[in-house]
Amino acid sequence: MLSDDIQVRLHGVTRIYPAVEGGKAVHALGPLDLELREGEFFSVVGPSGCGKSTLLDVVAGLASPSSGSVTFEGRPVAGEVPDGIGVVFQEDASFPWLSSYDNAAFALRRAGLPEAEIRERVEHTLSFMGLLPFADAYPAQLSGGMRQRVCIARTLVTRPRLLLLDEPFGALDQQTRLLMGDELLALWRETGATVLLITHSLDEAALLSDRVGVMSARPGVFIDRVETGWARERDSRIVAEPAFGRVSGRIWEGLRDQSIKALESAR
Amino acid sequence: MTRASWIRLAVLGSAVALLEVTCRLGWVSRHAVIAPSEMVRGAWRALGQADVRRDMLLTLSTVAQSFVLAILVGFAIGVALHRMPRLRRALDPFLASYYAVPTFVFYPVFIVLFGLNRWPLVAIGFLFAVVAVAINTLDGLSRVPRAFLRTARAMKLSGAQTLARIVLPAAAPWLFTGAKFAVAYSFIGVIAGEFVQAGAGIGFAIAFAYNSFDSLTMYGLMILLFGIVGTINMTLWSYERRLYARRGGR
Ligand SMILES: Nc1ncnc2c1ncn2[C@@H]1O[C@H](COP(=O)(O)OP(=O)(O)OP(=O)(O)O)[C@@H](O)[C@H]1O
Ligand SMILES: [Mg+2]
Repeated sequence: MLSDDIQVRLHGVTRIYPAVEGGKAVHALGPLDLELREGEFFSVVGPSGCGKSTLLDVVAGLASPSSGSVTFEGRPVAGEVPDGIGVVFQEDASFPWLSSYDNAAFALRRAGLPEAEIRERVEHTLSFMGLLPFADAYPAQLSGGMRQRVCIARTLVTRPRLLLLDEPFGALDQQTRLLMGDELLALWRETGATVLLITHSLDEAALLSDRVGVMSARPGVFIDRVETGWARERDSRIVAEPAFGRVSGRIWEGLRDQSIKALESAR
Repeated sequence: MTRASWIRLAVLGSAVALLEVTCRLGWVSRHAVIAPSEMVRGAWRALGQADVRRDMLLTLSTVAQSFVLAILVGFAIGVALHRMPRLRRALDPFLASYYAVPTFVFYPVFIVLFGLNRWPLVAIGFLFAVVAVAINTLDGLSRVPRAFLRTARAMKLSGAQTLARIVLPAAAPWLFTGAKFAVAYSFIGVIAGEFVQAGAGIGFAIAFAYNSFDSLTMYGLMILLFGIVGTINMTLWSYERRLYARRGGR
């Protein structure tokens, strides 16, 4: 499945938030280059506030780069989210007025798919995400992690070719994170989609990814790109292998300096 | 029934019983307050009279008109102010202090403007209710999480779809609160107006009975009014509870 076709290409991308009422403009990102191969699992780690979510917005077409260019499947991304891109945000975006099922069916209903097809896709996805027993439950009755899974399901049913995930497991404990990571890997294998995962967990990045991009403190640029070399069939048991230590050690090397920097500039 | 509703019922029941006993024993003057059982008899008698039923319908339709107007205009104001944050900031003090102003003094002005018919009443009910709707609309709109709107963009929803499918449902609890206030305020405005200066309506009928020393009719009408308003409020309240229990306050 892994091919050398480039699906996403960022060239010289920067993002500067203009000054608001007496404040200063914030140079949040770049300039950076990034190429995502079709079907790869790419993770981005970086210190808090370094521009990871901003990067995701730019790739998704939710924010325009202040300079540079973004293309998805060869076409420039401008002003709107291209077909084939699915986004799961950092914040809980499950709709509290809809059940898990209706949340998951939301985009498909808007697209006007026949109800039978919607049911098939939604049930498949919910069952895959371990949510089928909670299909009729409302977000208020679910834990934070389950709500986030509802959001992932809502995006997955649209069968995106590129899945953008912004710290989807941020609210979970370490054990659950590892298991959710396994689910994510299974999902990635099943769908064949490209995954861009933003995380602040070094282990998560080391464990899940084909490649890991390590970002500097703000303005975020890539200071290292680590090829993990994992087989496509893999799961969280990798953590026991010596290679895992080497990979996460290498990621931490770059990240440590940057995190110290970010901390100091925040003081 | 829950424990709380039992307690509520018991408190209400004992208050009524206490009043009944006090009146029966002649501790309060018959001219001031009549016994609750008498009030109910008065209400029943009033309900049998065609002109009372007409007054009730008239009041209800006037309230309905000012309610609908307040909902439409208040919602439009809320949306407009939400879209124009600068204007909103400028007007915020007015909105915040609106209910500290005795708006009712405008009633005579409305009579001069519209003449002595139902329109001054619609106007005063509207004036009472509209700002509550605007404030709650504004509140609801500004509480729609940014992530919802971003989700809408990621799903390529049109502006109208975003409004109908995301913004309105997300803001629904606040919009509903606005509507509840609008019902209450419309009633207060219209009844008070009828009380002061009108030729018909239940407020007018109460004032008329009062001026004719007809306690039985006066208290009977008051009971009917409380019955109507209480029923409407209970219905809204239980509907709201059912609707939002599952949302867990979000
Ligand atoms: N809308 C905005 N206006 C102004 N500045 C912003 C805006 N959004 C983000 N920023 C700033 O840009 C920088 C990068 O923000 P971003 O959310 O991309 O960081 P992040 O890496 O995702 O952080 P975290 O790990 O905390 O999620 C931060 O300094 C932030 O304060
Ligand atoms: Mg972020």
